[in-house]
Amino acid sequence: MLRFTVRRLFLLVPILIGLSILVFLWIRALPGSPAESLLGERATAESIAQIREQYGLDDPLYVQYWRYVQTLVEGDLGTSISSRRPVTTEIKERFPATIELTLVAGLFALLFGIPLGFFAAKRYGGIFDNSSLVLSLIGVSIPIFFLGIILKWIFAVRLGWLPSIGRQDVLIEADHPTNFYVLDGVVTRNWEAAWDAVKHLILPAIALGSIPLALISRITRAAVLDVQNEDYVRTARAKGLPPRTVDSRHVFRNAMLPISTVIGLQVGLLLSGAILTETVFAFPGIGTWIQASIENRDYPVLQGGILFVAVIVVVVNILVDLSYGLLNPRIRLAGR
Amino acid sequence: MRKLLRTGVALAALSLLVAAVAAGSADRSGQANDTLVFAGAADPVVLDFALISDGESFRVLYQLTETLVGLKPGTTKIVPQLATSWKKSANGKTWTFNLRRNVRFHDGTPFNAAAVCANFDRWYNFRGALQSSSTSYYYNVVFAGFRYGKGPLAAKNGLYRSCQAKGPNVAVIQLRRAFGPFLGILTIGPFAMQSPTAMKTYGADKGRLTADGVFQSLGTYGTEHPAGTGPFKFSSWKIGDKLEIVRNDDYWGKKALLQRVIFRPIADNAARLQALQTGELDGYDLVEPQDIATIKRNKNLKVLDRPAFNVAYVTINQAVEPFDDLRVRQAVAYGLDRAGVVKSFYAGRGVVAHEFMPSSIPGYATNVKKYAYNPARSKALLRAAGLTLPVEVEFWWPSDVSRPYMPNPKNNFQAFAASLNKSGFKVVAKSAPWNPTYLGRQQSGTAGALNLIGWTGDYADADNFIGTFFRTKQPAWGFDDPKIFDLLNRALQETDLDARAALYQQANRYIMGTLLPGVPYAHTKPALGFKRTIVGYVPSPTTSESFASIRKLG
Repeated sequence: MLRFTVRRLFLLVPILIGLSILVFLWIRALPGSPAESLLGERATAESIAQIREQYGLDDPLYVQYWRYVQTLVEGDLGTSISSRRPVTTEIKERFPATIELTLVAGLFALLFGIPLGFFAAKRYGGIFDNSSLVLSLIGVSIPIFFLGIILKWIFAVRLGWLPSIGRQDVLIEADHPTNFYVLDGVVTRNWEAAWDAVKHLILPAIALGSIPLALISRITRAAVLDVQNEDYVRTARAKGLPPRTVDSRHVFRNAMLPISTVIGLQVGLLLSGAILTETVFAFPGIGTWIQASIENRDYPVLQGGILFVAVIVVVVNILVDLSYGLLNPRIRLAGR
Repeated sequence: MRKLLRTGVALAALSLLVAAVAAGSADRSGQANDTLVFAGAADPVVLDFALISDGESFRVLYQLTETLVGLKPGTTKIVPQLATSWKKSANGKTWTFNLRRNVRFHDGTPFNAAAVCANFDRWYNFRGALQSSSTSYYYNVVFAGFRYGKGPLAAKNGLYRSCQAKGPNVAVIQLRRAFGPFLGILTIGPFAMQSPTAMKTYGADKGRLTADGVFQSLGTYGTEHPAGTGPFKFSSWKIGDKLEIVRNDDYWGKKALLQRVIFRPIADNAARLQALQTGELDGYDLVEPQDIATIKRNKNLKVLDRPAFNVAYVTINQAVEPFDDLRVRQAVAYGLDRAGVVKSFYAGRGVVAHEFMPSSIPGYATNVKKYAYNPARSKALLRAAGLTLPVEVEFWWPSDVSRPYMPNPKNNFQAFAASLNKSGFKVVAKSAPWNPTYLGRQQSGTAGALNLIGWTGDYADADNFIGTFFRTKQPAWGFDDPKIFDLLNRALQETDLDARAALYQQANRYIMGTLLPGVPYAHTKPALGFKRTIVGYVPSPTTSESFASIRKLG
């Protein structure tokens, strides 16, 4: 198991180097540069030249990349051109919001997705199964921003039940020692603030969780159907185990393997979906920040932000790989 | 297994319950009566007026700081603010300002002549990255010279020479040359007065040039301790979330009616609109044209107009034949259905432009030559110029962009192309992404004979519009006309306000008559959305509105 883990971690290094090159080149392939976005129609040839020189954009790409790597190695992700603040500072302030949102959205997807898929498989071909299929198809195909706007229109504008923007009511006075607003409310015993933060999470989490929910329920359904017909399940039933035990010890545990793969992939989906969701809900996390920096051609933020998100996705997927080992001894043993 | 499932179902039910309970407890209106919640599109960059050029920083800083001379609310008329009166020398180079007495900055530092000079000298002494137009854009563009500047930014090329305190309440500013727009320029925020003590204590100019070429402030002045003399004081700022300012109870003038204002950054247009509908916001700026009807239909909301301060125009490049012929340019002017475009694509926010500057600025002429849509006249003019119809013309428009003066360039282009095709032209459509291809081509004169572009003013002076466009020879227009260059340069140096206005009126008549370098077609009024209960907000063409006069009813 240790060797398996170490090998997985070593694989990280080439992945990260590749990623940094990819992100670097991709951003420079975007049309436009910070100079033009800063000045708009005020941009004269001289002012553009001055700013390009200031930002070092006239140097050859490999020189720019080398400079980027040098600062990266020092743990410096650069400085935002539009806000003039260090990228690491902004990540520190904003990432908790995104974690909070994706966690809740992920939980929502799991808690509804797995039971939905499981029951659909158990009642294979019935009304529940068919309607859940249709629903999950809708869930997969509906764009997040559209769902977000519809949810807000119903629950915030029409019914007035839930807030439509931000992480907390601006009139609530609250301290934020951790920047996880729900947690902050709990640790500072400010229950009003915690409750308000929860309310602000509901709609964005549903919008963000809808696609993963649909995917998870479909995969769960397929996996359970698959496993149910395996020989060992039939054997288990034949030897007279109660159906409950068969389901939990044999069907579910084996079905969890493909499901856990999907869950790992969902993290990428959730984080990229967070860009849209946060923008629609004016939720001040990594997503709104990356979205704005695309418009401003804020290279350091794009580089730093995307690399950071990419690292998170890679790390989570490695953790998922490792969890296979726990779930399935066959993989663990293959690593020997 | 069942147990696990049961737990899952229970948790799911619990979260539904949470939602339901939230329903009961959500409070839609729960905002205090003396607090205004307002949204812009982003956070300010930094709360130091000398170091910003973005609208969101302007909005907040106009509440915290004041300039020597101000503008009458909602107009471009110059009125006293921190200076109660002023006079200029006969040669227009020396300006003497009598300062308002008993005024203090928010940190307690007295406002006086020494403070005025400290501000002017601070800008003049900027070094390194502080001189870049990405940092001190306005000083860079207007005063154009720094004590330690090099090349084009050398002190001798600049406008400012020195500032002297004659006693505590008189500041004398020496310029290197007479400069007509000087007073007008002093009304804009980047030349606001900030506390020299606070700037020094909190390291306003301390910073470093990062590897990315960005000036990164290492002090806390612009993020935690901004200090001006305005009717509101800085309170707190959580970037991405909210920025709070509170009433300055020691303000020298009429005190603010609100106790505090909270600014929220909301980039998404639909999100701003919905938050106004839910009551989470009291108002927001930058209402999209398509949302105006929605706001107007809602009996609890209202739309406010910001007076037009921009111009959209069709450039005619005279370097391209046969557009060097005035008759051909006139044919273009008569062949553009400007009224149709403004009516169809500006959602009631536009007026047809007849000059290259908005009517609110002194120097606007009422009697310029006008060109109403007239295809027959276009054709006659083209024939008179000896051309065979149809005359082929390359017409460029920008993609991937929406500007306040041009919400959807493609719509404008298609309508104009259709009307030109009816007027003896044959339009060849060309397009490029706004940033960087289109702007670059437009400025270098390689975007066809005709192209769509426009301008939003920085400050209320004719030179900021027609001076910027026509005072020097520029490849975009492709003409070399000493008469207009001379006229606009004279106007630039004229410091008598009436004489200046007369010169600019003369220039506008010449531009729209003899020169016809292009065809202005629209000025637009940006819109703000508010709750109906918010009164006292007076939109300013230059966005310099004060929140001090705002009141919440009921």
